[in-house]
Amino acid sequence: MSLSRRILLALAAPVVALVVALAMSSVVLVLSGSNPLEAFADMIGHASRLETMVDILNRATPIYIAGVAVAIGFRMNLFNIGVEGQYLLAALVAAHVGALVDLPGPLRIVFILVVAMAVGAAYSGFAGVLKVTRGISEVISTIMLNAIAITGLIAFLIREWQAGGAIQGGVGRVGTTPIPDSGLIPNMNPVLEFFTREIRQGKQLTGVLVVAILVGIVYHLLVNRTRFGFDLRASGINPFAAQVGGVPAKRMVVSAMVLSGAVAGLVGMTEINQVGFFPANPIKGLGFTGIAAALLGRNHPAGIILAALIFSFLDISSGVLQFTGAASREIVVIMQGVIILAAVVAYEVASRARERQEAKSAAEALGDVKPSEEAA
Amino acid sequence: MATAIELSGITKRFPGVVANDQVNLTVEEGEIHAICGENGAGKSTLMKILYGMQQADSGTMKVHGREVRFVSPTEAIAAGIGMVHQHFMLADQLTVLENVILGAEPTKALGRIDFEAAREHLREVGQAYGLTIDPNDLIEELEVGERQRVEIIKVLYRGAKILILDEPTAVLVPQEVEELFRNMRGLKEDGATILFIDHKLDEVLAIADTITVLRDGKTVATVKPNEVTAHDLAELMVGSELPTPETTESTVTDQVALDVESVTVLDEDERVLVDDVTFRIRRGEVVGIAGVEGNGQAELVDAILGTRPVHRGSIKLMGEDVTLLPVRARRERGIGYIPQDRHREGLLLTAPLWENAALGHQTQEPFVNGIFIDRAGSKERTEHIRKEFDVRTPNVDVHAHALSGGNQQKLIVGREMTADPIVLLAAHPTRGIDVGAQAEVWDDIKLARSKGMATLLISADLDELIGLSDTIVVMLRGGLVATLDPAKLSPRELGAYMTGAKEGAA
Repeated sequence: MSLSRRILLALAAPVVALVVALAMSSVVLVLSGSNPLEAFADMIGHASRLETMVDILNRATPIYIAGVAVAIGFRMNLFNIGVEGQYLLAALVAAHVGALVDLPGPLRIVFILVVAMAVGAAYSGFAGVLKVTRGISEVISTIMLNAIAITGLIAFLIREWQAGGAIQGGVGRVGTTPIPDSGLIPNMNPVLEFFTREIRQGKQLTGVLVVAILVGIVYHLLVNRTRFGFDLRASGINPFAAQVGGVPAKRMVVSAMVLSGAVAGLVGMTEINQVGFFPANPIKGLGFTGIAAALLGRNHPAGIILAALIFSFLDISSGVLQFTGAASREIVVIMQGVIILAAVVAYEVASRARERQEAKSAAEALGDVKPSEEAA
Repeated sequence: MATAIELSGITKRFPGVVANDQVNLTVEEGEIHAICGENGAGKSTLMKILYGMQQADSGTMKVHGREVRFVSPTEAIAAGIGMVHQHFMLADQLTVLENVILGAEPTKALGRIDFEAAREHLREVGQAYGLTIDPNDLIEELEVGERQRVEIIKVLYRGAKILILDEPTAVLVPQEVEELFRNMRGLKEDGATILFIDHKLDEVLAIADTITVLRDGKTVATVKPNEVTAHDLAELMVGSELPTPETTESTVTDQVALDVESVTVLDEDERVLVDDVTFRIRRGEVVGIAGVEGNGQAELVDAILGTRPVHRGSIKLMGEDVTLLPVRARRERGIGYIPQDRHREGLLLTAPLWENAALGHQTQEPFVNGIFIDRAGSKERTEHIRKEFDVRTPNVDVHAHALSGGNQQKLIVGREMTADPIVLLAAHPTRGIDVGAQAEVWDDIKLARSKGMATLLISADLDELIGLSDTIVVMLRGGLVATLDPAKLSPRELGAYMTGAKEGAA
């Protein structure tokens, strides 16, 4: 199959998914008495402002990292639903410890990232160890671990570590001890402004974007180019063949969960670096959106970028609907749901088409198909 | 006699192959009609078309003189055609009765299943065709032959008058085959028409009224069993002189490559799967393990490869004790493996060929470069395998599922052979591939053997086992019961050892 055809097939599915989602949301909007064109126009108009774009990138960054974390598991058929709990716990511990240690600026930045990855890795790795030693499905254990982390550990620790119960950071939010500014990743406004104009409204493009890009590159190299990645993918495609091929099955499960968790630990860094501490009411749900992004992006490092941007766009631009009153912002939740459903179906159809195509081209290349039969 | 089925000009193209090419087939009512051919000759495809599982690209089908076109098995069943698949489609945890009525349950008020009516109907069917089985037995408690009978009853229960049996004898031991044939004759007497696929020629000659031979998707002959010999049939199937697995001269050295000492393997419930097995394979030697499937051969191979723990005993490779080493370490030390089920253990179907060629060798040259996979090196090696082992594929980037079974097998054999293993574990290396590819695989094993490879061969094909092996050991209920010299052994004798009818060394 030619490359262009392959790309076309790869893109067809998500595009179809988006179109279906648009169509279905339009139906819902019409039924609820709103004008879909007006609503979509409001969202797009809002999103085309530079300041909103910064918001979208700032939200897409953690979604992307969460997407990659989930995708690492998906590549070997592990379903890490625990990204949610892993990133919140990791961000809390990293922010707390990062504020307490005394390290010069850049070292503190690295330290916080490393602590976050370590906490995420440990928490996720625990689910991996449970799976290989006790046969507990990682789906169940990570869901449980989410509950333990979010309603248990974090709720408890945030009280313990709350900086004297005082209002912190001057923005009227409560949280852990603030990290000195030198220990925060600088924002990327100068870079963006170099290409565009001055960013107003005090919006700051997160520097964690660079971390996300690095995560994407490392993910691609690790999974698609290294021997470890080969073992990982082989286990995902056919665990039996991988095992007789010498891939240590149990160790791979734990490694994949640890890696997935390490990446998950970075999800919360965007908020930590933006706010300067771990807030008592952090942004939640990024881990679940990450699952959707990995699904829509087909676990592909570039695909997840697009998916993260789409989900982020929907998240951010839906806010404007409240002001314009063109529609209820909940329509966005419906759209997100429909996109995922439609994507799953479309991908299945596309992958079958691809299989047929490939087998057919293999046949043609071998000259097995005679023209006379084609006519018959 | 009236015609039950008449197929004319059936053509079916598949990606990679023309499975059926203008096939004609006429089956008379009340006869047992065998379809013979090599693997890949198009037998199964033809049956699937007849059963509505696949649709022909062109050609016509007539059932009892009426032209039909089935788009699903439901329509074929309605027309009185039933099929028994090679792999049984039964729910192990349900009873015979429940399996038989599954999908065709008689109901009474409120949608409750009417088990009484079902039981009565099942009894009638069983009586009409002389097939008996206790409807309350759980499937998992039944022998293979009995499960097959359940499949046949299931089809009859749905009113089938024309039965398609897809390689019914492949899963049976000889005694069960005789039982099956008795049942088939009984069914015929009671008015059923039977179409069955087989490539064991003596069986075909014993049971069939008419034989149709397919080759390369075409009908090459329709003959009566009294007009032909097994040899004639085989040549019709192959289209040329028959290859033989026989090796010429011994290349056995006195250097022991694999030393298996008192190995015992237990399953999770502590049942003995491999019982105190001891044997040695020297370089240049092929040791064949004979045995009816399920007597521990597969588990023994697993233990040597390292995927199954050894409970007692030791395994030494070139003098080094590898009993506790993981699979990867063993493979790096020179154990090659041709699995019996290539789709389950041999391939990554949705990965490109070059990745498949690296599987199992991904820690070794030329597939790896430091921590990275050497893509160029892998592709080059795969090209080499493709040429040397005649793997028919347009390039090495296509996914493994696009290849035909024979080509997949050649890829696996090529992968293992080019790695120059010290010990090759070959489980049914030619199962499910055509005679041409089979001869190539035999040649590959013979060549590697002459260069000093030690081979452990497991095969259900007794000719292959006798032809290729320097020594044959017989496995029965997990233990080795006989060590035999293939030069002085006939398949019939070997069969007797396998079923335990004969014992001791020859």
